[in-house]
Amino acid sequence: MSMPNTPSPLPSPSGKGSESQQPQHTLNSPVREITFGQAINEALAEEMRRDPRVFIIGEDVAEAGTPFKVLSGLVKEFGPKRVIDSPISEAGIAGIGVGAAMTGMRPVVDIMFGDFITLTMDQLVNQAAKIHYMSGGKLNVPMVLRTTLGATRRSAAQHSQSLHAWVSHIPGLKVAVPATPYDAKGLLKSAIRDDNPVVFFEDKLMYQLKGPVPEGEYTIPLGVADLKRVGSDITLVATSSMVQVALAAAESLHSIGISAEVIDIRTTVPLDKQTLIDSVKKTSRALVIDEGYERYGVTAEIASVIADGAFYYLDAPVKRMGAMDVPVPFSPVLEDQTVPTPESVVALAKTLCGKT
Amino acid sequence: MGQSKKTKPKATSVAPVHDERWLHFYRQMLKIRLFEEEVNQLYLGAKMPGLAHLYIGEEAVAVGVCEALRQDDYITSTHRGHGHCIAKGASVDRMFAELLGKEAGYCRGKGGSMHIADQDTGNLGANAIVGGSAGIATGAAMSIKMRGTDQVAVCFFGDGALGQGLLYETMNMASLWKLPVIYVCENNQYNEYTHFHETTAGEVTARAKAFGIHTASIDGQDVRIVHTAMQKLVERARRGDGPAFLECNTYRFHGHHVGDIDRAYYRSKREEEDWKTRRDPLKLLTDWLKRNKLVDAASLAKIEDEISTEIKAAVTFALDAPYPEPGEVAQHVYA
Repeated sequence: MSMPNTPSPLPSPSGKGSESQQPQHTLNSPVREITFGQAINEALAEEMRRDPRVFIIGEDVAEAGTPFKVLSGLVKEFGPKRVIDSPISEAGIAGIGVGAAMTGMRPVVDIMFGDFITLTMDQLVNQAAKIHYMSGGKLNVPMVLRTTLGATRRSAAQHSQSLHAWVSHIPGLKVAVPATPYDAKGLLKSAIRDDNPVVFFEDKLMYQLKGPVPEGEYTIPLGVADLKRVGSDITLVATSSMVQVALAAAESLHSIGISAEVIDIRTTVPLDKQTLIDSVKKTSRALVIDEGYERYGVTAEIASVIADGAFYYLDAPVKRMGAMDVPVPFSPVLEDQTVPTPESVVALAKTLCGKT
Repeated sequence: MGQSKKTKPKATSVAPVHDERWLHFYRQMLKIRLFEEEVNQLYLGAKMPGLAHLYIGEEAVAVGVCEALRQDDYITSTHRGHGHCIAKGASVDRMFAELLGKEAGYCRGKGGSMHIADQDTGNLGANAIVGGSAGIATGAAMSIKMRGTDQVAVCFFGDGALGQGLLYETMNMASLWKLPVIYVCENNQYNEYTHFHETTAGEVTARAKAFGIHTASIDGQDVRIVHTAMQKLVERARRGDGPAFLECNTYRFHGHHVGDIDRAYYRSKREEEDWKTRRDPLKLLTDWLKRNKLVDAASLAKIEDEISTEIKAAVTFALDAPYPEPGEVAQHVYA
């Protein structure tokens, strides 16, 4: 009698329940270089082909394919009934997503800029996040809310924030912050198959970033960090847009004799604490880099996890770098100061390693 | 659940209500009334944690509306939601258990009065954010349309929710996409402690009309009027004619919540007495039943006896039921 979650007459592709817990890779699948945006597009297309319950709703998602052109072509394949252009009503479409998810569908809600999730907060925080718990486990909200983060596009204070810490704070939500085309595709497919609400942050500047992605089917489980570069002197923990910054910094550090390990957490919730702790036990130093505001931010949580888990192994205090605690300014001269850069990461890492 | 869909024919016209069915309506309304009176007693006796928002005085709305629905139709409810829950078919024993925070409750004691949900009767949950369920109901209607069933979704909300933007965002989309959702505004005259005239500009139904939504404003105290109006709107929605907005003018006999005893600063005793004596939905129905010789005093007394016994047994069940295991606190955060 599990009516509202019974999707009749649209069948679930493989029964009830989360399907994203185990990574699935297609062996020997050819690998191409595609952009982050194309990877997102492919993940959506594959999941929509696979599962008739999946649909997309958002502002300018159909013919326009979003201002970032990430969804281009989807309406052509799946039609306007599954790729739905909505009014400019972020709270409304988030709410519609929650209700549709509770009654047998798997909506992917598109919130154009991460700054606009502020308008969806009641639906995300008081509804989506709590419905499974408040109902004693009877109702599910298998919804994905895709949105963006990241500054330095000269978009000023209301189109540049990275607000993933807001939703990471709320029990009941999962939060993905992918940093490569490969991770974006695998994590988005898992997010769509997950029975929980997942907020999925995409770095606007990364949409054109290219990377290797297998042609075949694969998923990446939520809650597993990825070792992006092996090192022995310091662990750089990074999220989303800051992973590329950390990798560039690691390369510079290598040239001056510092071996930096780069860990990409990939999801803030669930957080893969063990991988972080194990890495810092090995390197004895940690620097956490994230584009959200530093104050009360994601970096604080991760630094605390490391301090708790690897305290006796630390040779230096755990340091963190986030966005400056200011509204993102418009003027390039000002804006560029507000986010961590490879140079600023290198400078702090050198200090931590005693090389000034 | 699929069965009820198959066995019940698609509604093609408003079904006439047989006289004996009004007696069933009376039973349901009385069950809500006695349930709520018992809730008040549990509060006064300090046996219920927290507060509750009593539905007494508004019973004709929940019953008139929900009796026009099938079990597989959806409702979303409000902080004043016990009436909706009972009218949609929930059992009072598990409801009391939920209100007392017991494991046998509909939500294992995790939701409480303001969050009761019962998916088996299509109740997607009460909601403690005023207007907060407008998205859920509209989304359920979107899901219905996408899945191609002939279910409908009903969104209950009060006059207080008329101040919330979400309602207007979702009504706009429901109308654009002709979704099978019926917005039922229970106008009980008060946004908590403030008369709705002080908070609500213009006409209530004009709001929905502006979106091209079919509207009606009716006497919410007469269950026969509510039910007849609702049947028409449900039929429209099932037919694919899109959303509707039904304003039911009603009155909250008690305070905003059980602890709201001294109400003189926002409404007069005389006003309350006037509604209770002249506009009590149960009395209006029994008067009509008696006038039409559909029931006599003895039958009414028998019904009251039966419901009263059911309520007493349900309260005893809930009081005796165990609390959840402490370890449950971290369960059900994620599916």
